[in-house]
Amino acid sequence: MEDWRKSKAAFAIFMAPATFWLLLFFTVPLAIIWVYSFGERGPQGQTELAVSLENYARAVEWIPLKILWKSLWIATISTVICLLLGFPLAMGVAFAPKRWKNPLLLIVILPFWTNLLIRTYAWIAILRISGFLNFGLEWAHGLLDAGFGVIGMPGLMGEFQPLELLYNNSAVIVGLVYVNLPFLVLPLYATLEKLDKSYLEASLDLGAGQWRTFFSVTVPLTMPGIASGVLLAFILSLGTFLTPDLLGGTDSMMIGNLIAQEFGPSRDWPFGSALSFVLMYVTFFVLWLRATVASRSSGVGEAG
Amino acid sequence: MNAKLETAATAAPTAPIKRRERRNPLDYSSMRWMQIVLAGNFMFLYFPILALVAFSFNDSKRNITWQGFTLKYYEKAWNNIALHDAFMNTMTIATISTLVSTTFGTMLGLAIYRYKFPGKALYDGWIHLPIVIPEICMGVSMLAFFAAMNIPLGIFTITVSHIAFSIPFVAVVVRARMSGFDPSFEEASTDLGANQWQTFWNVTFPYMMPGVVAGALLAFTLSLDDFVITFFTSGPGSTTFPIKIYSMVRFSVTPEVNAASTALIVITLTLTITAMTIQSRSARRQGK
Repeated sequence: MEDWRKSKAAFAIFMAPATFWLLLFFTVPLAIIWVYSFGERGPQGQTELAVSLENYARAVEWIPLKILWKSLWIATISTVICLLLGFPLAMGVAFAPKRWKNPLLLIVILPFWTNLLIRTYAWIAILRISGFLNFGLEWAHGLLDAGFGVIGMPGLMGEFQPLELLYNNSAVIVGLVYVNLPFLVLPLYATLEKLDKSYLEASLDLGAGQWRTFFSVTVPLTMPGIASGVLLAFILSLGTFLTPDLLGGTDSMMIGNLIAQEFGPSRDWPFGSALSFVLMYVTFFVLWLRATVASRSSGVGEAG
Repeated sequence: MNAKLETAATAAPTAPIKRRERRNPLDYSSMRWMQIVLAGNFMFLYFPILALVAFSFNDSKRNITWQGFTLKYYEKAWNNIALHDAFMNTMTIATISTLVSTTFGTMLGLAIYRYKFPGKALYDGWIHLPIVIPEICMGVSMLAFFAAMNIPLGIFTITVSHIAFSIPFVAVVVRARMSGFDPSFEEASTDLGANQWQTFWNVTFPYMMPGVVAGALLAFTLSLDDFVITFFTSGPGSTTFPIKIYSMVRFSVTPEVNAASTALIVITLTLTITAMTIQSRSARRQGK
């Protein structure tokens, strides 16, 4: 690596355009909403500059706090489900015979290259009243009904009632799991792949069962990958806007939707700005946590 | 999918069935429960998209039972003026955004690879911010910025925002490519009498090229796919393809939306697979 002082002109020419662009069209906009977050909403919904913490105080009032709490809660549940689905998936790929690893990995990440909006929309077609899931259930219901008819108990199942699967919190959770699963699987796969399998063999040879080996050897050794994937899936779920917007109901509003509402119909930009910064601070805290876990566990890895 | 997994599992152990008890206990992929788990996971990942694609060819408005193959919804989507305009907008924005962000991002990636400067770690963290902060925060901040500057929302504001979030991605890809570069090639070039420009264009740039192409394709797909930031920076008359699909989706689930979505899926997949192929091919050549 060269020192920048050796060729100042070239350094400046290469750095300047991107630095300028990111300063003007990324940092300045963030600075503007940071300033707005201390401002006040005027009577016509315009933003008036001020120095007050009122917007931040309002962010912890009952209704926004409930939405923030709900966001954390939905993000946590969807992340846990992601982990429960993703761990076996990552293991299946990482322990597959060598020539199958890359094709299997490709199969895992392929859906992730399709548009987020389309992937979310696809779930509407599945979950709606006349969707695929209810269609399947109706079919199963009819089959069971016919079965009961054969054994002499017709009408036992009653009339089929389609389930209300869409526009509620569960639909949001399903959507988030679907969208974020690859983000958790990839870091997890990367660590499982690097894991020295002889530790697992040693554990099995010494008489531990598969489950014990899994919980006492595999999980502790892959902790950095687990933490990295889990925290990534968590911040992505937390900051989501589209999933609750399309799949959620009136009570599944998450923090991203509240921000969009403040900048949209409610036209309270100072409050929306304060909420944006609350969300960013939470995100940064989680990222910091992720970096700490990563640096600590890399130290352990070197010692071992 | 299932069939593939079966072959994946059966292809591996060549030991005869009699010696089953001596099977490697870590060979999880040949265990029945693992195959079921994987098949379940793959079904979860693929069913929604495959159903969406399949039903874009379905000759029925109800969109739930299969009535026969048709291309009429593609024709309908193609002849939908609003959808067509949105598609053209998207292509214009993605093209300009790709050109600018690839140029600036490549220069940035190269500079970060090459130079040591005070505060580099901090600078590095800063250029990664657009990748890590929630999209909604960036979207509303751009909205506030353009409003404060009295710039009317439209194609221009969307393009500017897309360039801003694409630059870091291009820079990261180019820098990753350059990290495998052997500086002794440059030294050899200067030793043999080439000047700095000749060395750059004949030695460094050709090496960097696959990274630049991959970065450009990434920037293009990011712009093509973006919904959240575009949602906040678009105005009337500057609808993009994803925004148009969004407004159609909110209205109802129709085969026409499925057809438009399928078209977008095909474009994105083609571009991404091209980028991946270029990257892996250049990596392989590097290995030799």
